[in-house]
Amino acid sequence: MKYLALVYFDEKAMAAMPEPDWASLNRECIACVDHLKDSGHYLGGSPLESTDTATTLRVRNGKLSTTDGPFAETKEQLAGFYMLEARDLNEAIQLASKIPPARYGSVEVRPVRELEAYRLPEAS
Amino acid sequence: MSEPTTLAMRDTLNTIYRTESRRVLATLIRLLGNFELAEEALHDAFAAALTQWQRDGVPNNPRAWLVSAGRFKAIDQLRRRARFDASLDDIAQQFDLEHEVSVDDSSDEEVQDDQLRLIFTCCHPSLSADAQLALTLREVCGLTTEEIARAFLSTPATIAQRIVRAKAKIRDAKIPYEVPAQAELNARLDSVLQVIYLVFNEGYSASAGDQLTRNTLSNEAIRLGRLLCELLPDPEALGLLALMLLHESRSAARTTADGDLILLDQQDRTVWDHAQIAEGSALIVRALESRRFGPYTLQAAIAAVHAEASSASATDWNEIVGLYDLLLRVSPSPVVALNRAVAVAMRDGAEAGVALIEAILARGELADYYLAHAARAELYRRLGRNAEAKSAYSQALALTRLEPEQRFLNKQLAELAAEA
Repeated sequence: MKYLALVYFDEKAMAAMPEPDWASLNRECIACVDHLKDSGHYLGGSPLESTDTATTLRVRNGKLSTTDGPFAETKEQLAGFYMLEARDLNEAIQLASKIPPARYGSVEVRPVRELEAYRLPEAS
Repeated sequence: MSEPTTLAMRDTLNTIYRTESRRVLATLIRLLGNFELAEEALHDAFAAALTQWQRDGVPNNPRAWLVSAGRFKAIDQLRRRARFDASLDDIAQQFDLEHEVSVDDSSDEEVQDDQLRLIFTCCHPSLSADAQLALTLREVCGLTTEEIARAFLSTPATIAQRIVRAKAKIRDAKIPYEVPAQAELNARLDSVLQVIYLVFNEGYSASAGDQLTRNTLSNEAIRLGRLLCELLPDPEALGLLALMLLHESRSAARTTADGDLILLDQQDRTVWDHAQIAEGSALIVRALESRRFGPYTLQAAIAAVHAEASSASATDWNEIVGLYDLLLRVSPSPVVALNRAVAVAMRDGAEAGVALIEAILARGELADYYLAHAARAELYRRLGRNAEAKSAYSQALALTRLEPEQRFLNKQLAELAAEA
């Protein structure tokens, strides 16, 4: 079963972190991903640039509108994501608890929804 | 078949339902991997028992019979549905195959594990606290949604919806039906203990709702506590059961016939339930011997010191303060600090207690907690500082909506006014 682990933290607080600590946290993240790859639980993922770089878009009546920044102002911002393969929620929670920023912010674990059931049968 | 025999069989089945239905359900959920399917299967199994046992007599092992019947009914059900959905046929076949290889689905050990699996699943921290409570009372205790609704002053529709959502989350997020691995066990057990204690407190101190419902909840919590101690005798599980028994031992002395509150120091200690006190105290000894005890055991130990004293003045307040010191270390909270302050007042005098409570309030903690103000008021009154007592009682009164508490506080205010 696939689970998406969404990593959130307070960007301002993290930006204030001394450079050596930030570098060490990033090295931890690399090690975490390597570890998840070795155990076969890692399907993909990436850290994200800060919400300063975000653009939110909407399409209404076929018309595209874009706005600066994230969809909602929150105390913690989306900072990255991991797509994980796990046996069940308990294993997903165990895996996600090893994501280094979990010590600073929070990690939301969501099961992935399958769209396949909605695919129309192919005309042949 | 004659009418009286049917009635006798219904009685037998009712008894078996009471003792076995939760265990059968716990096993069926494991075998079928689905709460709804298991509940339907449980229902169908008992319906089948009514006709078949009538004819063939009660089987030697009713539980095993019910599990097996429930499982076949579920497979039947899946097959019937499979006519409309091919993917279900695979599932039904899978159950059939697994059945061939399973050794004994209803051995005592396996059934105990199933009950634990059910408890840990219902108390999974990924479910909201409300959902954990409702699901545990429904699935583990077998209360109806109507009974749960009455106990929580809610509507059956709300409770039913809460349970449906929780089951959907268990299914969709794939919360496994398992006893957590050793590494996670302590954290997960905390969550179970919390649910049980919440159920107990809802019954013990619930504001409204009729007395009968409240007793139901306290009794269910104690029953759950006993079950957990049987299945997983962790020191804190023992401690929690002891704590509940010791609180419950005072229930007959806690209120007057009119439902007015009686404080601990004025309770008639001869009506305390001494069997419950003895059972609780024995559990505390076991928990303390483990040296892995925690906050529940310490709270129980405090309750036991009270229980062993023949009167409030004969209480070993020094020991109680010492236990609160330990409790503050393992689980610091302003409420524990408040209780410690009251114990200090009993040991060292009201002045010392008031100073501690005022310090807690000065830190901005418990300002909205009526008991902090009620305790302060009581101590001021003992010191003869009636103006401060009156103001503190009034603050407490403004902060509680519970009717017996309001009556109690109004009575204190009236007495103060009479003294003036």
